[in-house]
Amino acid sequence: MTTATRTGTPADTGTPARTGAPARTHLDALEAEAVHVFREAAAQFERPVLLFSGGKDSIVMLHLAAKAFWPAKVPFGLLHVDTGHNFPEVLAYRDRVVAATGVRLDVARVQDFIDDGRLRERPDGTRNPLQTVPLLDAIATHRFDALFGGGRRDEEKARAKERVFSLRDEFGQWDPRRQRPELWSLYNGRHSPGEHVRVFPLSNWTELDVWQYIEREGIELPEIYFAHQREVFSRHGMWLTAGEWGGPAEGERVETRRVRYRTVGDMSCTGAVDSDAATLTEIIAEIAASTLTERGATRADDKLSEAAMEDRKREGYF
Amino acid sequence: MTTELHATEADFGEAAAPAALLRLATAGSVDDGKSTLVGRLLHDTKQVFADQLDAVERVSRERGLDGADLALLTDGLRAEREQGITIDVAYRYFATPARRFILADTPGHVQYTRNMVTGASTAQLTVVLVDARHGVVEQTRRHAAVAALLRVPHVVLAVNKMDLVDYQEHVFAAIAEEFTAYARELGVPAVTAIPISALRGDNVVEPSAHTDWYGGPTLLEHLETVELDGDPADSPARMPVQYVLRPQREEFRDYRGYAGQVTSGVFRPGDEVVLLPAGRRTTIAGIDRLGEQDVELALAEDSVTIRLAEEIDLARGDLIAAVERAPRVTQEVTATVCHLADRPLRAGDRVLLRHGTATVKALVRSLDSVLDLQTLRREPGPEALHANDIGRVTLRTAAPLPLDDYTEHRRTGSFLLVDEADGTTLTAGMVSAEH
Repeated sequence: MTTATRTGTPADTGTPARTGAPARTHLDALEAEAVHVFREAAAQFERPVLLFSGGKDSIVMLHLAAKAFWPAKVPFGLLHVDTGHNFPEVLAYRDRVVAATGVRLDVARVQDFIDDGRLRERPDGTRNPLQTVPLLDAIATHRFDALFGGGRRDEEKARAKERVFSLRDEFGQWDPRRQRPELWSLYNGRHSPGEHVRVFPLSNWTELDVWQYIEREGIELPEIYFAHQREVFSRHGMWLTAGEWGGPAEGERVETRRVRYRTVGDMSCTGAVDSDAATLTEIIAEIAASTLTERGATRADDKLSEAAMEDRKREGYF
Repeated sequence: MTTELHATEADFGEAAAPAALLRLATAGSVDDGKSTLVGRLLHDTKQVFADQLDAVERVSRERGLDGADLALLTDGLRAEREQGITIDVAYRYFATPARRFILADTPGHVQYTRNMVTGASTAQLTVVLVDARHGVVEQTRRHAAVAALLRVPHVVLAVNKMDLVDYQEHVFAAIAEEFTAYARELGVPAVTAIPISALRGDNVVEPSAHTDWYGGPTLLEHLETVELDGDPADSPARMPVQYVLRPQREEFRDYRGYAGQVTSGVFRPGDEVVLLPAGRRTTIAGIDRLGEQDVELALAEDSVTIRLAEEIDLARGDLIAAVERAPRVTQEVTATVCHLADRPLRAGDRVLLRHGTATVKALVRSLDSVLDLQTLRREPGPEALHANDIGRVTLRTAAPLPLDDYTEHRRTGSFLLVDEADGTTLTAGMVSAEH
């Protein structure tokens, strides 16, 4: 496990690269574009909020937001939609970062909605699809009019069609056939009351870009992204972590393996991959050589049907 | 697959565009095999992952196809798969050791001209696809016209389905000649023609054994090596003000910075600048870049924060520009537009105009002409502009705007018209002084 590349928080805005004459890489271009998007949204909306899960994409987002508005503070807060099935290391990381940056954090809890009967647990135990209801409730309660999301167009082919500024109706729905055209760098955030806009500053980034940027900027990550020993069991070809969410079931055998996570999400449907990559450099080499997509390797909910992502997005999911 | 390029200053000079990233758009008629080409590019550059290929193979089998239909890699929406067509612009990403690519995959239907315009608006290169059996057709001319209109610097003609014409050189040569002559007439600076078969993989990533008469590069080789003109070093500097930063923190008590993305040219501390539309002049006290204080310069595409020598009332929507060759400030806008929305645009309409970071009220004074997409002639005096129409309009704005000609400045020469009532994006515009 490296230490040199794992210091610093998203609030640290020192840039190691680029003093004086530029040697521009594609990361510089992507960073400048993402910052432009952050500033456009902050200027056009009354009540934006940044969706923050403690996963690498949202961590990069917070880092970019801190840079975009430096030396002023980030002019919006964070929202975590908590499935209740979190990795403890990620929650600890989340709270550490929030304390260090002084950014406000709101948490919308799936568990609260289950407890008071507004949501029902699914038979398969996964809570990822249940996030939509608390998310839309938080949007209405806080009257958020823009939500920054870490979604990338390279993740999935329905996401490849997503705009940078994506208008959602009062039910949070995405209609892929009625999207606003988006030209040049002109982002149109006008909306009617009740509607909101999802803003995706990382639209043009790939998984590899995110990892290269994390390395370049020395951004700290939750431990579970790096190879470690973990008790896991196999389900549908994925290594899942045992936990209070209901795994392992009968007949599923727990074993200790050296693994890491490529994404961070609900424990019930986020799988670990076998890995020895303990440093950012090793992770980047592993990603570059991988024959599986991030989601294909680790997300059970995308495998539910051919258009699972599109269908969930239509309902208001990110 | 490595994408990080450690370019040095000597590689592309101070004010050149980053050569590490190429934004391109595809254009092609229905059934010209555009989705197959994009699928082939992704597949042969090893950007397709095993799980994606598994899904494509499974669906292809379910449909009774012999091999994997690479078009399924890109047609992502339910309606697209059901109808077998591409409905909307999609963005794809691939990389080689030489360069990283952002590809706007645009649909070919006539009724989706607006999507072609959308894809072309940010593209440095357009690939126009032609079916070798049909040659240059109306839709091909339309694609060329859109590329010319949007000032896409490079056009590639990909003559596809060469396998279906027995890879005959004279078929390719005739199409290339006809298209190049036509494109030149439209003012397209350079055309590169490449004979390909997206289905068989000829000359897309791998050179073809069937076209020994062709001495040029494969499509990918061309994409990797085409020289990007980017922002010329002598381009006058411009930065629309996005956001005013006033931290009010102890150590930054008097800090007032104007955040924005430089759209052209170079800014340096000490430079004299003009603040538009007001027209006041001042000098740059300092430039900060994303947490880094007092950098030496800011280049086109850099997101930075500029501090000025004087306390000046400057806000979002204003433009910081070099004093030399500053844009004209006017309330009369003449422009070529592409109408995007289903509801038509008419003379007398009151709309919002988005230019840079400014939003002002505007009146559509007159619709001067509409482009006949069949003949590519300008027909004067249209009643209205409908979705996908390309026309010339004159607008009057409620406040003065600093306008560049689109031919010289893509970002400060472009604008959107927006419906004030519901925010619908109505029209995309490209400023030009002359009619």
